[in-house]
Amino acid sequence: MRLLNVFLATSALTLFASAASAVDLEFYFPVAVGGPAAGTIQSLTEDYMAAHPDVKIDAIYTGSYADTTTKAITAVRGGNAPQLIISLSTDMFTFIDEEMIVAWDAYVTEEEKESWIGGFYPAFMANSQTEGKTWGIPFQRSTPVLYWNKEAFAKAGLDPEKGPANWAEMVEMGKKLTVKDASGNVTQWGVHIPSSGFPSWLWTGIVAGNGGLLADDTGTKVTFNSDAAVGALEALVALSATDGVMAPGILDWGGTPKAFFEGQAAMIWTTTGNLTNVRTNAPFDFGVGFLPGLTKNGAPTGGGNFYLLKGSTDEELQAAADFVKWATAPEQAAKWTIATGYVAPRPDVWETQTMKDYVKDFPQALVARDQLDYAVAELSTFEGPKVTQLLNSALEAAITGQKSPKEALDAAQAEADAILAAYR
Amino acid sequence: MNRRTWIHAWLMLLPAFVFLIAFTHLPAVTTLIDSFWTTGKGRRAAVFTGLGNYRKMLEDPIFIKAMVNSAVYAAITIPASILLSLAMALLVHRSFRGVSLMRMAFFTPTVLPLIAVANIWLFFYAPGFGLIDQIRLVVGLPSANYVGQPDTALYAVAAVTIWKEAGFFMIFFLAALQTIPQSLREAAAIEGCGRWTFFRLVTLPLIMPTTLFVSVNAVINAFRLVDHVFVMTKGGPDSATMLLLYYIFETGFRFWDTAYAAALTVVLIAILSVVGIGQFFLADRRVHYK
Repeated sequence: MRLLNVFLATSALTLFASAASAVDLEFYFPVAVGGPAAGTIQSLTEDYMAAHPDVKIDAIYTGSYADTTTKAITAVRGGNAPQLIISLSTDMFTFIDEEMIVAWDAYVTEEEKESWIGGFYPAFMANSQTEGKTWGIPFQRSTPVLYWNKEAFAKAGLDPEKGPANWAEMVEMGKKLTVKDASGNVTQWGVHIPSSGFPSWLWTGIVAGNGGLLADDTGTKVTFNSDAAVGALEALVALSATDGVMAPGILDWGGTPKAFFEGQAAMIWTTTGNLTNVRTNAPFDFGVGFLPGLTKNGAPTGGGNFYLLKGSTDEELQAAADFVKWATAPEQAAKWTIATGYVAPRPDVWETQTMKDYVKDFPQALVARDQLDYAVAELSTFEGPKVTQLLNSALEAAITGQKSPKEALDAAQAEADAILAAYR
Repeated sequence: MNRRTWIHAWLMLLPAFVFLIAFTHLPAVTTLIDSFWTTGKGRRAAVFTGLGNYRKMLEDPIFIKAMVNSAVYAAITIPASILLSLAMALLVHRSFRGVSLMRMAFFTPTVLPLIAVANIWLFFYAPGFGLIDQIRLVVGLPSANYVGQPDTALYAVAAVTIWKEAGFFMIFFLAALQTIPQSLREAAAIEGCGRWTFFRLVTLPLIMPTTLFVSVNAVINAFRLVDHVFVMTKGGPDSATMLLLYYIFETGFRFWDTAYAAALTVVLIAILSVVGIGQFFLADRRVHYK
C-alpha cells in the first residue's frame, strides 16, 4: 500500500512538472545541401532553449525537401502535425490547398509586420505571400550563379578576372573555351547548364533575363509560351544545337561540380549552395558572377521557408513563431549563412560584424546577395509539383530536340491551363 | 474433424490472416474504392466520379507513354534476362578451375541493392568521364550521353535491370540442371545424339517448370523494379523512362493526386493478375514433361 502511495505521489509530481514546463514544440527540417546544416539547426534550437527554459523544441531531421513535405502531409492527415516545418517555398500553394498551414499574420504584432516581415528581401517574399497574407518565412534560401574557371579563361586568351556580362558574351567566350582534340572530339565545353530533374529552375532565370515571368502571385495563372519564354528556351537549346558550346542532351546536376573540377566545362551554372564545395575542391582559381541575361540581369530564387502548421493551440503556435523570429534575427541568421552557404535572407544580416568578417575573406558570397535585386520568384502554383513537372518535361523535350521550343511550350501552357482552371 | 481441431486451426492461422488482411486485402479494397472518387483536398472534399479517373487515363499522354514504355521495358528485360541467365547457368554447370569464383561473379549483382547498382551505372554512363565514354574515346568515338537522350535512356535503364536479374535467375536454372539424371546424358551419348539436340530434346523440356517459374518472376519484376529510375532518370528525359509503377509513385506522393494514383494501381494489379494467371493456365499444359 505504501508503495502504491509513493507511486501515485511521483506520478502526480511528474504530471505537475510537465504541465509547468509550458510549451513542447515539434519542428521538422530537411537538409538539401552538403555540410553541417543539421548540426547547425540542432545547436540553434539548443541555444534558444537555454535562453527560454519554458520552451522545449524537438528538432526532427526529415530527409530531403520532398520527404519533409510527404511526412508533414501525412502527419497532418493523421492528426498529429508538428507546429513548425521548413519546406520548399514553392510548396506554399500545395499547403494552402491542403488547408494545413496558418498564416503568420496572427502571430506578429502590427509593428513586427513592418520591422520583421518587411525586413526580408522582396525576392524571397515573392514565394511566401499570397491572398494578402504571409504564409512562409524565408530561411534556407539560395539563388544560382555562374562559376568560371580562371585558368581556362587565361589559356583561351580571355581576361581571367572578367566573367560574361550577358548571354551573347557567354556564347562568345564559350566558343573560345570549347576545346577539341585531334580527332574532333570535345575535351572541354564552354558552358554547362544542368538540366536533369528540374530544368525549369535555371530556365526561370533565363526567362527573367529575357524580361519574362512564368507565373503570377495568385498561383492560378502561368505564362509558359510568352515571347520572352520561347526566346529563352530557343537560346538555351541553341547552346548545344547551333553555338556548339555545351554538351548535347540532359546534363546531370550531381555531375556538374565534378565536370567543373575535372576541366570538362569552363563555366557552370549552379546554386550558391555549392560555393563552399567549389571553394574546397576546385584545383584552380575560380570566379563567381551573375547569371548572364539575354536582355537584362535575371535569376530565380530557391530553397526553403518556415511554415506554421494547423492543429496546435494558439499558445504553441505563438511559441513557434517566437522561435522563428529569433532564428531569423541577424546574429543567428549570420551563423546559419556562414555554416551552410545559404543566402542571408535579410539586409540587416549583412550589416553584422560576423558577416562583414566573412565576406572580407570570401567576397564571392556577395555576388549572390547583389543578384537578389534582379531575382524573381521560383515557379509556384496550385498543383505545383504537377504543373512544374509538365513544364520540366516540355523543357526536356526541347533540349533533347524532340520538339521545337515553341511547340513544347504551347503544349505545356495548354496542359497547365487545364489543371489550373479548377482554381480560378 | 472435431470442433476443437477447427478452433486450433483457426487460431494457428489467425496471425497470418490478421497481417494479410490488414496489409494486403484491406489496402487493395480501399484502393479500388478510392479509385472511383476524386482526390479530396482541404478546400474541396472528395466527390464520387465513377469511372472518371479511368477515363482520364485514356486522355493522359504520360499514362499512355508509361504503358508503352513498360511494354517495351518488359519485352526487352524478360527474354534477355532469362536467356542470359540460362546461358550463364549452362556455362557454370560444369566443373573447371575457378567455377565457384565464376558463379559468385555472376551472382554478385543480385546481392547489391538496386539503388547502389544504379549509382554505379550512372557513373558508367556519365558523359565525358564515365567508364563507357572513356572506352569510346580510346577507340575514337564521340562522347555519348546515354541516360540524357530520350532515344537511348530506356535501353540504358533496361540494361541495368538485366544485369541485376540474370544472376538471380541463374541460380534457379543451375539447380534445375543439376537435377537432370546423368543416365539420360549417357543414353543420349550411346544413341549418338549431338549436344544441341540433347539440349533441345532433353534439357529444355526437363527444365520447363523452372523456366515458367523464372518467367513469372521476370514479368512481375519488369513492373516492380523501378528503384533505379529514381536514381538515374526520375522518369525523364521527357518521360522517356516513365514506367507505370514510377508514374504511380509520382502521382501519389509528388502530385498528391492519390485518387488517380489509386486508379493507376488498379490498372497495374489487373495487368499483373491477367499475365500471371494466363501464364499458369496456358503454359501449364505444356510445361510438365510426360
